Amino acid sequence: MIDINVNKKLHGTQSEMLLDVKLNINHGDFIALSGKSGSGKTTLLRILAGLEKSKGIIHLENNIWQDHHSFKSVQKREIGFVFQDYALFDNMSVLKNLLYVNQDKKLAQHLLDITELSELKHRNTTTLSGGQKQRVALCRALMKKPKLLLLDEPLSALDPTMRIKLQNEILALHQEFNTTTIMVSHDPSEIYRLATRVIVLENGKIINDGSPKDVLLRTQGSQKFSFEGELLEIKKVDVIFTAIIAIGQQLVEIAISENEAKDLKIGSFVSVSTKAFSVNIKKLS
Amino acid sequence: MIEILQNLNFTPFLLSFKLAGLTTLILFILCLPLAWYLSQTNSKAKPVIEAITALPIVLPPSVLGFYILYALSYNSPIGIFFKESFGVDLVFNFTSLVIASCLYSLPFMVQPLQSGFESLNKNMLEASYISGKGKFETILKVALPNIKPALLTAIIITFAHTVGEFGVVLMVGGSIPGETKVASVAIYEMVEIMDYTTAHIYSAIMIIVSFFTLLSVYIFNHKQKFTGFIK
Repeated sequence: MIDINVNKKLHGTQSEMLLDVKLNINHGDFIALSGKSGSGKTTLLRILAGLEKSKGIIHLENNIWQDHHSFKSVQKREIGFVFQDYALFDNMSVLKNLLYVNQDKKLAQHLLDITELSELKHRNTTTLSGGQKQRVALCRALMKKPKLLLLDEPLSALDPTMRIKLQNEILALHQEFNTTTIMVSHDPSEIYRLATRVIVLENGKIINDGSPKDVLLRTQGSQKFSFEGELLEIKKVDVIFTAIIAIGQQLVEIAISENEAKDLKIGSFVSVSTKAFSVNIKKLS
Repeated sequence: MIEILQNLNFTPFLLSFKLAGLTTLILFILCLPLAWYLSQTNSKAKPVIEAITALPIVLPPSVLGFYILYALSYNSPIGIFFKESFGVDLVFNFTSLVIASCLYSLPFMVQPLQSGFESLNKNMLEASYISGKGKFETILKVALPNIKPALLTAIIITFAHTVGEFGVVLMVGGSIPGETKVASVAIYEMVEIMDYTTAHIYSAIMIIVSFFTLLSVYIFNHKQKFTGFIK
């Protein structure tokens, strides 16, 4: 059980912001931390790690990591941290990156086996691909057998195939090491696949907290599909109007009525939804 | 020609290299913690310290030499303290040259080291702290091995700059053969007494040595990834 009640003034890009987070996390939970950039996600992870000071308390089981009188240094907290940019020690080989944390060669070999890095263990880290680097970073974070594993958008720089592969490895390692994990992520499918609980931050406050299904499925009433997108263009084709909408990486064309066309403004954000009937599903792979 | 070379006195060069070697060693040890501090701090004192350490670059060597001479002589508390406590004179001897050179070459050691440390990925240093390592171990095993070009630049430039100094040495050390008469001062003297042959040979040696030292730095840094140089 991790008890968190911290606050810290942040100097954001636009104005000052108060990060104020009260949170109880059960042992073994896999938490996805989501929210817009600048909402305080990374700062929260850094506060938990002890890399940044804040006011308030952090208790892990019966250990006090910080309270009003004491502050446990980053070196002494039982955490693993994976940075978005890997932050590997470039002067060391893959294996030495792991052994730098502790000299447990058996554990290092085991981690390298799970993540299929054994063959590369004597390679210099600068010669690795992004996916390989992130695996080394993950292994290195686990060398401490952390009670709390913090992952700051670990997969955002990787291609989709590599993402899914690494998601599975993260989940397997989370279970094997019986750790509690907090991962910053924006990818709904990633969150759904990995997390047991989703916490959404906005302007330093928790605005949503629940199971991935409750938080991610943004449908109301009888809607079954609902996407948010940006309206790019409204075209008049003969008697009907079509709207071009960007949803994620994809552009879609939707037929709308004249009245709808009058109401909508180009550049505004719209929701596109339909009910579960008459939807086509086609197998892709 | 061979006869001239055989009769040539190389003591000034040995003295120059001895002075530069010692200065580089002392500055390296002193500047590592200073450069690390400057690279990591957000303190308001940082620009002040940076300005002070950069002063020797812009000051005329005679100004620096004059104050060092004054501070080390029997006219100042420092000079009196050393004379009365240890019986050591701090002017017109080799010790005074080392002190003066350390001040004169300070920015050439601090700046490359500082920008080397600043170029390091902060997350990499934090990853080392998270791995349970303290600052000292992090500097030794992670920071320093990752700024090799900056280290080499700092050491070589400091050494070369000390060999090349003239004004400060002349003011603080004078020109005592075997004690304070370094190569640059010796060349000045040779020109003064119109012994152009020796002046030519001494100067040529200086140019060749300096060129090849710099060349080796640039070749090494070209091979390594560029990480830090004088700002």
